[in-house]
Amino acid sequence: MVTKHRRKSSDKGKNVPAPHFLVHSPKDNVGVIVVENLSAGTEMLGVVTESDKTIKLEAKESIPIGHKVALKPLKKGDTVIKYGQDIGKVIADVGTGKHVHVQNLKTKRW
Amino acid sequence: MPAKPQQKRMKAKSNLSFHGWRRENGRVGVRNHVIVLPLDDLSNAACEAVANNIKGALALPHAYGRLQFGADLDLHFRTLIGTGANPNVAAVVVIGIEDGWTKRVVDGIAASGKPVVGFGIEGHGDIATIAKASHKAKEFLQWASELEREECDIAELWVSTKCGESDTTTGLASCPTVGNMYDKLIPKGIHGCFGETSEITGAEHIARTRAANAKVGDKWMKTFAAYQAEVIEAHKVDDLSESQPTKGNIAGGLTTIEEKALGNLEKIGRKCRYIDVLEPAETPAAGPGLYYMDTSSAAAECVTLMAAGGYVVHTFPTGQGNIIGNPIVPVIKISGNPKTVRTMAEHIDLDVSGILRRELTLDTAGDALIEMVVRTANGRLTAAEALGHREFVMTKLYRSA
Repeated sequence: MVTKHRRKSSDKGKNVPAPHFLVHSPKDNVGVIVVENLSAGTEMLGVVTESDKTIKLEAKESIPIGHKVALKPLKKGDTVIKYGQDIGKVIADVGTGKHVHVQNLKTKRW
Repeated sequence: MPAKPQQKRMKAKSNLSFHGWRRENGRVGVRNHVIVLPLDDLSNAACEAVANNIKGALALPHAYGRLQFGADLDLHFRTLIGTGANPNVAAVVVIGIEDGWTKRVVDGIAASGKPVVGFGIEGHGDIATIAKASHKAKEFLQWASELEREECDIAELWVSTKCGESDTTTGLASCPTVGNMYDKLIPKGIHGCFGETSEITGAEHIARTRAANAKVGDKWMKTFAAYQAEVIEAHKVDDLSESQPTKGNIAGGLTTIEEKALGNLEKIGRKCRYIDVLEPAETPAAGPGLYYMDTSSAAAECVTLMAAGGYVVHTFPTGQGNIIGNPIVPVIKISGNPKTVRTMAEHIDLDVSGILRRELTLDTAGDALIEMVVRTANGRLTAAEALGHREFVMTKLYRSA
């Protein structure tokens, strides 16, 4: 049986509804969808884990759980920032609220 | 048969303790395996026959051991000897095609003080060898079955980590849960270990600064640069798409190696610093603390090397559901992906998906992992153990002679 851990009393006080996406750092220009079956048009709630700041954003397409959403318009040649760090280059323009993945983001390494 | 291991009662340094088997060299194990270890691929059949005869003895078949040379051969011996010497192993029967190299493995394991005996097949054949080895394995097994656990301080636990089939939830939830565990247990005196050299690509500037001092940081950078030059750049034919990140990683939302590396590094927490850089399968020698081991990022290879280095519990964050286990070391699976926890529940030991829903803090998740590590050390079988996952995979550096 999988051990589940619920919020302890010490964790309470953060009565934020479950977010649709999480963002690691305030510097990031992408967030991570953390709910299943997210459909286009959803008014999403996001939380920046480093600062606890909340963000509202409309999903412009359906994005699978674990996949990234653009928090601002990304132009070809831009750098995608996650964890406050460079995770690669934009290879095709992406609008705010759109899906960021292999079709528009590529490594700068190998 | 050696006398009962020396009782070296330690005064409890913290309020955390576990019950383990103290071995002849003072190290503490959390499992009590008697293993039948092949020197080479040719000896797998005999080892498996012995394990079939003697219920409870565990054969560790693998693919290599012939005509290897140089650093590759050194690593082969270091891995076999380290596996036999691991404190989760009570006693060892080694079988090899010939006596010379078999003796080299036996002598290496014997340095730990535990019972070990070797048999060469040439000149006797499989059947006579299996008979002799089975008698010895039975004797070892019955001896080991009477060894008792004793209470040990958490400081005596060696806990390694490596993640697999990562996705973006590992960077958000399961990897930082391991990091939180290390931030709490490293100061209590445990030995920790992380590795996966290729999967630091994109986060090497951060990894370097997490060394205890500049000398160790430089040693790490040298290891990283060598892996890039000798392994990746020397053999790559494309941009490694679908290998790094893997197809599973990409399905889970990870797009680039940089993104994967930054999530990977979440496993070492916020505060701990690594104190040395180990060769693959090398045993740490700088005392308690966090170590870096130069390993591939393939799960079974990496866990096998860390087990050979002497680690006795492994923490394994997964996003998409890597199902790996190890024959001698319990592998604890931690997942923060709610879909994986639902669809592959039988593989997951600790569900931290509450972090994504903001119901669970990292601090609470870290405490839950510490509790699971202690329960596992005390004997709770992990999902991988219950499901029979015994991936024992030797790392091969280059083709044989």
